[in-house]
Amino acid sequence: MRENTINHLRELEAESIYVIREVVAQFEKPVMLFSGGKDSIVMFHLSRKAFWPAKIPFPMLHIDTGHNFQETLDYRDNLMNESGTKLIVAYVQDSIDNGRVVEETGVNASRNVLQTVTLLDALEEMKIDVAMGGGRRDEEKARAKERFFSHRDEFGQWDPKNQRPELWNIFNGKKHMGEHFRVFPISNWTEMDVWQYIYMEDIPMPCIYFTHKRKVFNRDGVWLAWAPFMQLKENEEVIVEDVRCRTIGDITCTGLTLSKAITLEEIIQEVATTRITERGGRWDDKRSEAAMEDRKKEGYF
Amino acid sequence: MSISNAGYLNMELLRFTTAGSVDDGKSTLIGRLLYDSKAIFEDQMEAIERASERTGDEEVNLALLTDGLRAEREQGITIDVAYRYFATPKRKFIIADTPGHIQYTRNMVTGASTANVAVILVDARNGVIEQTVRHAYIASLLQIPHIIVCVNKMDLVHFSEEVFENIQRQFKKYSAKLEVKDVRFVPISAKYGDNVVKRSENTGWYDGPTLMYLLENIHISSDLNHTHQRLPVQYVIRPQSDKLPDYRGYAGRIASGVFRPGDRVKVLPSGITTSIRSIDTYKAELDIAFAPQSVTVQLNDDLDISRGDMIVGEHKAPEMGREIDMMICWLSEKPMINRGKYAFRHTTNDMKCVIADVKYKVDINTLDKNYEDKNIGLNEIGRIIVKTTRPLFYDSYRINRITGSVILVDEATNNTVGAGMII
Repeated sequence: MRENTINHLRELEAESIYVIREVVAQFEKPVMLFSGGKDSIVMFHLSRKAFWPAKIPFPMLHIDTGHNFQETLDYRDNLMNESGTKLIVAYVQDSIDNGRVVEETGVNASRNVLQTVTLLDALEEMKIDVAMGGGRRDEEKARAKERFFSHRDEFGQWDPKNQRPELWNIFNGKKHMGEHFRVFPISNWTEMDVWQYIYMEDIPMPCIYFTHKRKVFNRDGVWLAWAPFMQLKENEEVIVEDVRCRTIGDITCTGLTLSKAITLEEIIQEVATTRITERGGRWDDKRSEAAMEDRKKEGYF
Repeated sequence: MSISNAGYLNMELLRFTTAGSVDDGKSTLIGRLLYDSKAIFEDQMEAIERASERTGDEEVNLALLTDGLRAEREQGITIDVAYRYFATPKRKFIIADTPGHIQYTRNMVTGASTANVAVILVDARNGVIEQTVRHAYIASLLQIPHIIVCVNKMDLVHFSEEVFENIQRQFKKYSAKLEVKDVRFVPISAKYGDNVVKRSENTGWYDGPTLMYLLENIHISSDLNHTHQRLPVQYVIRPQSDKLPDYRGYAGRIASGVFRPGDRVKVLPSGITTSIRSIDTYKAELDIAFAPQSVTVQLNDDLDISRGDMIVGEHKAPEMGREIDMMICWLSEKPMINRGKYAFRHTTNDMKCVIADVKYKVDINTLDKNYEDKNIGLNEIGRIIVKTTRPLFYDSYRINRITGSVILVDEATNNTVGAGMII
């Protein structure tokens, strides 16, 4: 490369750090959503870089569905301790217990949709005026139209037809009382960029991203992890396979990949040759063609 | 696609915007780029195959790949700027896909504001039309360094060299009035893929590059301004910890220029000079930093510096003043109010301004200046003077797209209503 130029990963990094700093400068009470997935881990890393040598000046918020991979929780707790970052956990179980939401039933029951209510309640209770999330525009077609700074009304809703134009790198975070923003610092990253960056920066990752043996079952072509709260259909059988997570979410809707990849290089090769989108393995998106658009309008990330 | 670790650490990022009128085949072109560069996955392809069948299309409609929202699918239109991504071994690409309808000039301006390259589509059957002129004008107004004119639907004009040559001539006639430095022309058929990624056998008379070759090879690194040192202070980092009780780092993204430790710099607005002690990033100090890096700078003197200030080179300082002459593109349904007050944001600086004068309005279809009509409404462009509440330090947009750009915000609604480019 030529003199005084940076590669695409460094340029994306510079943009994201700029966005995160802009959030802290423009808002009173920011949080960053942290799920323990690769996108939130990269965001965490970027936040550390943005404010170094100071600590990250906002807490992480985890919306806990109760259906987690234990490995993710362990990773989360270690990271927060080691970096001295404050973690807030909001439990979907609490929203169920106090009657804010009703748990789905049936074999495809998932708490993924319920998360939105827990999230909005948590933001309101803590008077959060901006929540940063790891959404990427390449993930899903409704996300492709999302802004970096996404304005939400008092009900946390997204109005795709009435978004603020976003020009150059000038972000307008002005808002009325009671409104808030969602900000997506890694909007312009693709799944490939995320993995390449993790490799370039040598960021430690939760072990379930690498291939391991696990009890799994196949539902309509998607491999799901077995857990005590998973209900099996009659024809479904639990077997042990070599799998890894391509994306980490709630266990009930995280599709696993049959894989041999045990290093970051192998994961990158796998991502490069894969012919199915990352969300193609997610049950929550298969519910309808506009599933993501509808959830976003209601206040989902 | 095969990749090597060394390879992707050496890739450049290129942002481009696409502009075309309704039915110019823009969505098909983007679909084609994504499809031929293998950025489309099987499940996405299956989804559009299903959708094509439903709407009764004979062939798979690549345009469906880029229709995001339900309302758009229902109405067959694009509402908003959508961002698409693909990569080749040479570059990662970000496409700002903007709709072509007349009412959506604001979207094109938005997409163009960060673009290195504008791809403008012309329907070979229609030639250069009003909308083409408008697209070229916006590309030049926003100072997009490179323009690629794709003459599309060549298959419908029997791949005629004469048609292609005519359109080139027409376009050049208009672009002569504009500030565009680098214009290329490519004859393509987005539907069948001619000269998009693969060289076409139907255009034997054309010996130029394909669109993809241009996107991969157009020289963009020299478009960055490395001569005017500008670091708008975004945030002050003060750990105030036992280990670092006195650390004060000025964080920001370099707008232009090259900074090194030891450089003499001036801090605006105070005008006090000092020098750079260190350029810090996570766990490492840099001996050189330049646009568009995000860095933290320590200075050798203890000064009172806060967000909105700017660290600049001792020489080639920016201009300073409260009367700002600029081109404005209006983005709101509520027209601009002459003598009206607006919130004003420039780099990391927030202030207020009043619209002091409207010099003229531009007819973006003919490029004529109208000195009589001074009402600037949605999607209209004009030249105005604003007065700011505090002195602004700025550069002409022509030499610096970051320190020369401004947004105006309606104080009642908080909406971004104007995009300004300082003359």
